Amino acid sequence: MILALIILLPAVAGLAAFFITWPFLRRALLLLTAVSHAALIAFCWIVRPEPILNGWIALDSAGLLFMTVSGVLFLAASIYAIGYLSREPKEQQDTDEGFFFTNTPENIFIACLQLFLSAMALVCTSQHFGLLWVAIEATTLASAPLIYFHRHHRSLEATWKYVLICSVGIGLALLGTLILTVSASAIHNNLMISELTDNSQLINPEWLKAAFLLFLVGYGTKMGLAPLHTWLPAAHSESPSLVSALLSGALLNCSFLGILRIHQVCVYAGQSEFSCNLLIFFGLFSMAVAAVFIIAQKDFKRMLAYSSVEHMGILALGVGLGGTAVFASMYHLINHSLTKGMLFLAAGNIIAFYKTRTSSDVKGILKRIPATGILWTAGLFAIAGFPPFGLFVSEFTIFKTAFDQGHFYICAIFLALLALIFAGMAYVMLNMSQGENADGKEKESLLMVLPPVVLGIITLILGLYIPDFLTNVLNEISIIFGAL
Amino acid sequence: MSDFDKFLMAQVGFIAALILSPLIPGIINRTKAVFAGRQGPPLLQLYYDLFKLLRKGAVYSNTTTWVFRAAPIVSLSAVIGVLMLIPCTGATPALISFQGDIIFFAYLFGISRFFTVTAALDTGSAFEGMGASREVLYAALAEPAFLIALSSLACLNNQISITGIFIASTANPFANIAVILLVAVTLTIVLLTENCRVPADDPNTHLELTMIHEVMVLDYGGSDLAYILYGSALKLWAFASILVAIVLPARTGSLFLDSAVFVGGIFIVAVIVGVIESTMARFRLDKIPKMLIAAAALSATALLLTITRG
Amino acid sequence: MNIADSIMILLLLTNLGLLASSRLNACIKTVAIQGLIVGLLPLVATKGPLTIYSFLLALLIITVKGIVFPYLLKYTLRSVDVRREIEPFIGYGASIIIGIVALICSFWLSMHIPFPDKILSATAPAVAFFTIFCGLFLIVSRVKALTQVMGYIVFENGIYIFGSALFIEQSFLVELGIILDVFVVVFIMGIMMFHISRAFDHIDTDKLGEK
Repeated sequence: MILALIILLPAVAGLAAFFITWPFLRRALLLLTAVSHAALIAFCWIVRPEPILNGWIALDSAGLLFMTVSGVLFLAASIYAIGYLSREPKEQQDTDEGFFFTNTPENIFIACLQLFLSAMALVCTSQHFGLLWVAIEATTLASAPLIYFHRHHRSLEATWKYVLICSVGIGLALLGTLILTVSASAIHNNLMISELTDNSQLINPEWLKAAFLLFLVGYGTKMGLAPLHTWLPAAHSESPSLVSALLSGALLNCSFLGILRIHQVCVYAGQSEFSCNLLIFFGLFSMAVAAVFIIAQKDFKRMLAYSSVEHMGILALGVGLGGTAVFASMYHLINHSLTKGMLFLAAGNIIAFYKTRTSSDVKGILKRIPATGILWTAGLFAIAGFPPFGLFVSEFTIFKTAFDQGHFYICAIFLALLALIFAGMAYVMLNMSQGENADGKEKESLLMVLPPVVLGIITLILGLYIPDFLTNVLNEISIIFGAL
Repeated sequence: MSDFDKFLMAQVGFIAALILSPLIPGIINRTKAVFAGRQGPPLLQLYYDLFKLLRKGAVYSNTTTWVFRAAPIVSLSAVIGVLMLIPCTGATPALISFQGDIIFFAYLFGISRFFTVTAALDTGSAFEGMGASREVLYAALAEPAFLIALSSLACLNNQISITGIFIASTANPFANIAVILLVAVTLTIVLLTENCRVPADDPNTHLELTMIHEVMVLDYGGSDLAYILYGSALKLWAFASILVAIVLPARTGSLFLDSAVFVGGIFIVAVIVGVIESTMARFRLDKIPKMLIAAAALSATALLLTITRG
Repeated sequence: MNIADSIMILLLLTNLGLLASSRLNACIKTVAIQGLIVGLLPLVATKGPLTIYSFLLALLIITVKGIVFPYLLKYTLRSVDVRREIEPFIGYGASIIIGIVALICSFWLSMHIPFPDKILSATAPAVAFFTIFCGLFLIVSRVKALTQVMGYIVFENGIYIFGSALFIEQSFLVELGIILDVFVVVFIMGIMMFHISRAFDHIDTDKLGEK
């Protein structure tokens, strides 16, 4: 019952928002949906809900974790959205090229935002590969109008790229699903994850490998693993900042869950070596590509997008290494979503005041808008994995696991790339925060500052202390996916 | 049938081909005339032309060398050589046949073309040089298509001689209809290109800029021109007979009937060429390579299908 | 030579035709023909006797891929003012040569994969791989948004052929494949509504340091 509510509540609210003409009511509905969704998820932590639809929809610990992350981020983003939507004018001038453009009508935006949440909840709860596929496809469809919020040619290009590249990925994932049924043709009902893991000895290993490869390429496209990440920078840079935060912090994770599900089947079928090696390779490759593009990046939102590519790489690497690194990887996922959410929301504030996305045009954030400036600087250290932030713990654990396993070359590459990325980001971001500003100090509204601050505080706390209930869930997940 | 009988049949067939082939341009022209609503030249026009030309002497330009004089003879002999490799009744062995003669077959055409082209260059005329360059370009593109088509026929029938392919293609004509159709389409395109027919070239054009083959032989006259005209008629016959052998492998058991079907098939090919010439416009020059690459693609597909069939 | 084989060879030829054609109209027609042929697959690829379900499925696919999409594409072609030529990044001759190489690779691949005992036709997996390749190739090598949509339709056909080739009969999966068509509609609508006459300069490459 609760699961049905979690999925249907945002969907119904989204459809309702489409027909509500009064802006205040629409925004209130968005906030209400976000809060009640978060409350339902919190309830799930206390009592694990019963499966519904013959077990097609059920909440396991991985699903719970992913859903919680997207729920928290959605709550922050929707609070931010209230302020954002009220300050967005009907028609505005483009910051780069100077033409005038309008926005997507607010009812469509809010409706899609909530449908997006519903689709993500479905991704996290589906226990059936077909349903999972439908859900991930739905997230693409629901999020495309969000990226095209500012109606001009660059965002149209970003949206076109996003939909085209992701739908090719989705198509490949469907092919993977077909191949999975071939590999498991001896099993009745061979798309249920539990059936596959229970009867893993009946699975044909060669076909399973092929299926894994296609899942990795297909969902990896959407997750932003290099070299299939090309939609990601444009989409993150052109969409409104709160949408970027959701894309980076929630959507990418959901696609990662798709890969994790098939990885789980591989682990049970004794093919973990194959899948782990691929994950390690793509993980390191994504980090390397991100490092190359972060250095010399002029657009700071694009830089954050490449940083997401990097962190997706770290997640894949962690899961690929197995053992403790899976625990660390999941922990990394939480912290990355929170930190990246905070950074994108802070970037939204910077754009609101400076009217540009070019980092060299931004100077002296700390002087002009101090709260955002502090967030931006703290965010740099958080995303680069400095103590006491949560990402330090996870990156260090992943490093330590690789070291313990004797993968010294992985350790070396990992450290070198992290250092390179830190240097690249620090140069850009510190230059933006520091320096003098001619405009003097300005006042930021509470709605702009509160959501990123809360996200930042959570990741700070997580860096110092991991609560027991979280440890339990993370342990359960690392038992499922830990290939050792 | 004894070996001697077979040899005799091959000889008879070969001579029949030599005699009948000038009919083909006549049939093509007549078809075109019918389509255009004209009376058209008589069917035997090429025979009249050949007799007329053979009685004439030739005039040679001062700038030319022996290459120019040798070319018509060499190229005609090469084409006659080709004809010796082809079973001229369709069902009986050819005059000459050995393992791997499909390569020899393709490259006899190459020799013939090489001499025509060299002679055209030998004249030193800019127009002839241009024609030669185009001819070589299209030949270079048509050759892969032709060779791949021949190899897929070879694979299909497990034979690497022309005679072998002709005789083996009786076995089960509909078992591999897809491969055969693909090869037939390729061969038709190659036939049209190699024999300078529409849509690759227009034998009737009188503007040097647009000519390909005709422009190369502008400087010939008299008996040399007769050799060239006769050679091109033989070449058409050779290509048409391969096409007929794979598309229409009539094996009734009666030698007379089979030969009649074979020759009739060749005439039908001539009619088809005439129909194509009347209904299609010539392609723009840059479209012809595309068409030839497409033909090569089709024959490659045929080859793949044959190989993977096992 | 059975019906399934002939269908596969026709599909193969439509793919080659798509790689070679230089006019949008011809391309749309080829896509329509391919859609019609793909629509015949449910009738051929059933293990038992024909059911009403497979008839309905065939009818649905033929209507959607053979009639509705081509009509929408033609309509879009008229309503959006685009040049009727295809504007490839990679020329037609090179496309065909790449196509042949891909075809060889597909056959090689399908000969080295241990397929389950029962497959629709010996050529079917190779044709499926080739169709998927052609779709992807059209997406990356053609400038226009409209051609990319056609590439996507072809890609989708390839997946469907693969499913039929292995007799994957789980109706649920087949219906999932149809959901994929939603994307095509989205694309076409996108082109119509936003008048994307050309796609963008760099659909698959992201230039360093661009704004």
